[in-house]
Amino acid sequence: MTGQDMTGQDMTGRDLHELAGKQAALGEVRGAPGPDPVNETMIRHWLEAMGDANPAYLERGVAPPAMSQVWTMPGLARARQATPVDDVLAALDAGGYTGVVATDCDQTYHRYARVGERLTPGTRFTSLAGPKKTALGEGYFVTWTVVWYAEDDSPVAEMMFRVLKFRPRERRQPYPLKPAAGRDTEFFWEGVRRRELRIQRCLDCGQLRHPPGPLCPSCRSANRGHTVATGEGTVYSYVVHHHPPVPGRETPYVVAVVELPEGVRIVGNIVNCRIDEVRIGMPVRVTYQAMDDELVLPMWAPREARC
Amino acid sequence: MRSAAAVAGIGATEFSKESGRSELRLAAEAVLAALDDAGLAPADVDGLVTYTQDANQEIAVARETGIGELTFFSRVHYGGGAACGTVMHAAMAVATGAARTVVCYRAFNERSGRRFGQPDARLGGEPSSQGLEMSWHVPFGLMTPAAWVAMFARRYMHVYGATSEDFGRVAVAMRRHAATNPAAWFHGRPITLEDHQRSRWIVEPLRLLDCCQESDGAVALVVTSAERARDLRRTPALITAAAQGSGSGQMMMTSYYRDDMTGLPEMGVVGRRLWETSGLSPRDIQTAILYDHFTPFVLTQLEELGFCPRGEAKEYVRDGGIELGGRLPVNPHGGQLGEAYIHGMNGIAEAVRQVRGTSVNQVPGVHNVLVTAGTGVPTSGLILSAA
Repeated sequence: MTGQDMTGQDMTGRDLHELAGKQAALGEVRGAPGPDPVNETMIRHWLEAMGDANPAYLERGVAPPAMSQVWTMPGLARARQATPVDDVLAALDAGGYTGVVATDCDQTYHRYARVGERLTPGTRFTSLAGPKKTALGEGYFVTWTVVWYAEDDSPVAEMMFRVLKFRPRERRQPYPLKPAAGRDTEFFWEGVRRRELRIQRCLDCGQLRHPPGPLCPSCRSANRGHTVATGEGTVYSYVVHHHPPVPGRETPYVVAVVELPEGVRIVGNIVNCRIDEVRIGMPVRVTYQAMDDELVLPMWAPREARC
Repeated sequence: MRSAAAVAGIGATEFSKESGRSELRLAAEAVLAALDDAGLAPADVDGLVTYTQDANQEIAVARETGIGELTFFSRVHYGGGAACGTVMHAAMAVATGAARTVVCYRAFNERSGRRFGQPDARLGGEPSSQGLEMSWHVPFGLMTPAAWVAMFARRYMHVYGATSEDFGRVAVAMRRHAATNPAAWFHGRPITLEDHQRSRWIVEPLRLLDCCQESDGAVALVVTSAERARDLRRTPALITAAAQGSGSGQMMMTSYYRDDMTGLPEMGVVGRRLWETSGLSPRDIQTAILYDHFTPFVLTQLEELGFCPRGEAKEYVRDGGIELGGRLPVNPHGGQLGEAYIHGMNGIAEAVRQVRGTSVNQVPGVHNVLVTAGTGVPTSGLILSAA
């Protein structure tokens, strides 16, 4: 395997599985014995931290089985010992699967570890599964086992451990041109989030109104609701913005005043259309674009496919 | 109020792209220059008026210039639309006795400081009535003055058959006038219609040369009673009529939801008021100062004010119609396209010079000058006359 491959920069799923196969073929790799023998001090700290009041461990001079990992943990100051899992995790990190979450941990206890024993871990890379689509994002499940051996090579405990290494979903850059919304206008933006074009409607006289406001422009009633527009319209006027640059926008872009058959006008961008084909009178239909993780804007596309 | 008050003094800084001085200093320089022009002292001033988007508070200007107590101060809303409104407020204060001498001012580093032509993402950010209004437009990138005007211009072209060249004729006229005005930024730099047509798109259908420049500078005007003005150093420019106007369904630059998008109803309101209260008509105007931040609205104003029927301004501006020597010379100083963009205040100063007969581009036989303020917003207008 070349250095380039090891960085994982160009690693495909196949390369990852190939690496996983090689690491599995290494079989069990023994690490160095734990730095300290199983001891009462550490056991007492652990029991206190866990809130375990059972006096049997210290009375009999044995460690709680769930402490198995503790005896061979690398600690803060010592260099980590290499295991066959490391290269796989590093390749996944380099491939952008930088997120990690533990998904499974099964432990098997053969006997209690006794005070004075020094344990040695043996790590075996087991499997790589993926890529899989998960709620967290695309990722690979990485599984390995660790067996802790006593000085006579008898197994004391073992553990199957599995993590999901995932590619974190990229949060979209927040779109800088946010509308303000208030009590009189929030229903419109709420509608847009649900892919509905809501037009304010007077519940007393039926008059439609856009942009919305607190009162009916016809009878001044504050008793208002909305109707959902058909989503059709025609271009009433439009501009093509070239200069100056506008944050969050790529120039040139088209902004239009669109007239709706419901009898109101609304401003929006013309999309899915060559700029030189936009015309006053052009039939358009509403479409929705998510500008970032929060904002959806209504936009307008030609009703007849033009491009 | 008719002819009760007059503009007795005008003052200005140089017009540049980089004043190198604070906006407050520019304001103070222009105010002192205007008082000097009128032959008055700061101690004579008891009123100050400016308009929104000016960074200099009235009290700060008073402190810097040595103006002491104020009995009248007012800040007129809606940006450039308020230019003539400042003079109206000053004239009302003088006519009612609220103040005796009022100075109107505008000062900014609009090129080297905050540029109004640049997009400002905060425009739609607040749920104030204006923020909510902007929120129907800003999220779609419709957020520069050129873009807001272009939307009207496109509809106007569609309905009346006006072309980019028709807009270009306005720019050519303004630059011709500026070319012979030493105070103008574009002094000595006229353009041709071909130059206009070759200039790059800003927001279609507007080209670079359809858009006024951005400027640093300040202008101030001294308003006092007509009677007192007669005894001062300069020939007074009588305030024959002054009006503010807002149309129905009015918005800031984006009144796209009214029945028609080819007019400027708010300027129609101003025009009707000016003609009614003065008893004058377009025939009585020898030269007009029409707000020219963007060329298309000069055409619309000619129509709204009654200089020509609707849709016919394109013919009106052909063959040098609004140039010096034409049927109605518009903006002999070069306007904001040619002289400077001081939010219309420099145009009022030119109207005063035309009435006095002292402009570098003097129109012969001037008796009445019509002046307008910012278009697309609630606006204002004046008729200034020789005594």
